[in-house]
Amino acid sequence: MTQDLSFWTLQTLNALQLSMLLFLLSIGLTVIFGLMHFVNLAHGALYALGAYIAASIAGTAGFWVAILAAPIGVALVGVVLYGGLIQRMRKSGPMAQVLVTFGLIFALLDLTRILWGDLALAIATPAALSGQVELLGVSYPAYRLFIILLGAAIFGALALVLARTQIGAMIRAGVDNDAMAACLGINVERLFFVVFCVGCALAGLAGAVAAPLLSVTPGMGLQILIPTLIVIVIGGLGSLKGAIAGSLIYGFVQTFGAVLAPQLASVLIYALLAAVLVIKPVGLFPAKG
Amino acid sequence: MKRANLATLAAATTLALPAAALADEVDIGVLLPFSGVYAALGNEIEAGFALGLETYGNDLDVEIILHREDTEVTPATGLARTRKLILQDDVDAIVGVVSSGVLGAVRDMVDGAGVPLIVANAGNDAATGAECSPWITRVSFSNSQVNRPMGRWMAEQGIETVYTLAPDYAAGRQMIEGFTGAFTEAGGTIIGSDYTPFQQTQDFGPYIAQAQASGADALFVFYAGGEAISFVNQYASFGAAEDLPLYGSGFLTSQLYVDAQGASAEGVVTALHYVPTIDNPENASFVAAFREAMGRVPSEYAVQGYDAARALVEALETGARDRETLGAALRQVSFDGPRGALSIDPATNNVVQPIYVYETVQGANGMTQTVLAQLPAEADPVNGCVMPSLPTN
Repeated sequence: MTQDLSFWTLQTLNALQLSMLLFLLSIGLTVIFGLMHFVNLAHGALYALGAYIAASIAGTAGFWVAILAAPIGVALVGVVLYGGLIQRMRKSGPMAQVLVTFGLIFALLDLTRILWGDLALAIATPAALSGQVELLGVSYPAYRLFIILLGAAIFGALALVLARTQIGAMIRAGVDNDAMAACLGINVERLFFVVFCVGCALAGLAGAVAAPLLSVTPGMGLQILIPTLIVIVIGGLGSLKGAIAGSLIYGFVQTFGAVLAPQLASVLIYALLAAVLVIKPVGLFPAKG
Repeated sequence: MKRANLATLAAATTLALPAAALADEVDIGVLLPFSGVYAALGNEIEAGFALGLETYGNDLDVEIILHREDTEVTPATGLARTRKLILQDDVDAIVGVVSSGVLGAVRDMVDGAGVPLIVANAGNDAATGAECSPWITRVSFSNSQVNRPMGRWMAEQGIETVYTLAPDYAAGRQMIEGFTGAFTEAGGTIIGSDYTPFQQTQDFGPYIAQAQASGADALFVFYAGGEAISFVNQYASFGAAEDLPLYGSGFLTSQLYVDAQGASAEGVVTALHYVPTIDNPENASFVAAFREAMGRVPSEYAVQGYDAARALVEALETGARDRETLGAALRQVSFDGPRGALSIDPATNNVVQPIYVYETVQGANGMTQTVLAQLPAEADPVNGCVMPSLPTN
């Protein structure tokens, strides 16, 4: 290996970019799980839905409208899901929840196929973000930089809301002990509902952001689900810190694994997952110590 | 409209109409994925097949009854559906098979039962190599066939060093090995090669950066489907085209995906057995007819279905009506189609066809292709195929 510093800078940026994309997805899933003790495997399908909504809108109204409309659209689907299914399944135990939401993946997958067809779609990178940016001595695609900054901004905003606002304190209380929180006069059900919708909106945002980078195919939700679950298991359930740590670990292991040990690239992350499960089964930063 | 005819035919079979009024009929199984990751390919092949039957099959004095089955791109399902076609529907021949995995699963079934199978996609080299069968005739392509001539052609263009990338599964490896063998034989050097985890790789950035850092003259890749779109878009976003031009197996910039790739695909040079801009009269009428039926330009998958229908019609025209005679006749078909002169290699039952090197360019209505070179047709090496001289059973 004779690569110079700029090569490693480039790969670090690649790793950050992948991490941030996964962060947008995993934060929604992990908070829903932490707060509601609800396993929503259909989260990946909502991400695909976000990408499809963005792809349909971007063609006529442009990328920036699409990136706003996709989270809203997916959040509305989330409202319907919550009212129709999730609320009823709240008390029915993890096995039934996993089965129902797993079935939901295929229902939503076929729905996207019926509505948008089997052919892959794509969104062109917006003009303002096409091309490369000179940064730290390397020339890096502007759109990837945008993903990194967007991920960091969302992380900052969520950290601020959770740590400094009243609703953040209520969510933390709910994650910690929902029965006690309810006794203190917090409407936990309504809190759940809001968090669920925000989680869905973030999944939709991740889909819209990923669309110009990847391709929009019916199977994309299923493909992203496993990495997202790995991030959550490594990071620990229910915490913002866990989601960002898990995402960064996944992004860096995947990227540098591909560079340094390509034969092991697909195995490395699973080996790490197994190690975390053996050494610290609750993950690195679980919400409940 | 054209799809409706096929549906009517299929419906007719389920109603089991008495066929007393008809002089002759053959039962044909259509075995394609209509759901799962390759559903788009299954639909494209079926559309081409329906158009082929309509174009060439009108003057036949035999009615073709189609039995449509969905493989779901799962070997076990593919085998179950094949069994149903052979044992229950009693078909005289089967057309289809997109995935090499499904082909591997049904191979022994069709070979043992002695049912002719026209392969309309699956490119696994072994299917017309060590695992060849007199009953299996492939009119699509083989993985190495598409890439071998490209290795020689790139060496002739003065490209000395190449970095290769492909997904880590059988087809990915066969495509790259076909290219690498011919390229190194012609004096080129492969200075680096990566296989990316198949359908698990979202970010090709690390691999592209690695290839750029290798200092190779060119990058040669094989990707298909969603991965092809992601790869081409990400390659373009890195602005690597100047120091590391992108070449590849033609599936990378297939007509089916090129609209989704858009300007990112501009200037990519690849090789394939078919592009819609091949200049010959058969292709001109095929593209016009397909456009009228489907409202878009046909891809290589559509032409494979179209030529599969034509091969079937040619076999029927020789008077073949049952499994034995159809099997024997299919091995001898040859015609000038949209892809140019096509014939079946008697040693392996694989198609012999020219390969086209093409560049993806900006056209008046979206992306289109400019054919840079037509490379002469050559039969695949026998690869361990021992073909019984005549179908026995």
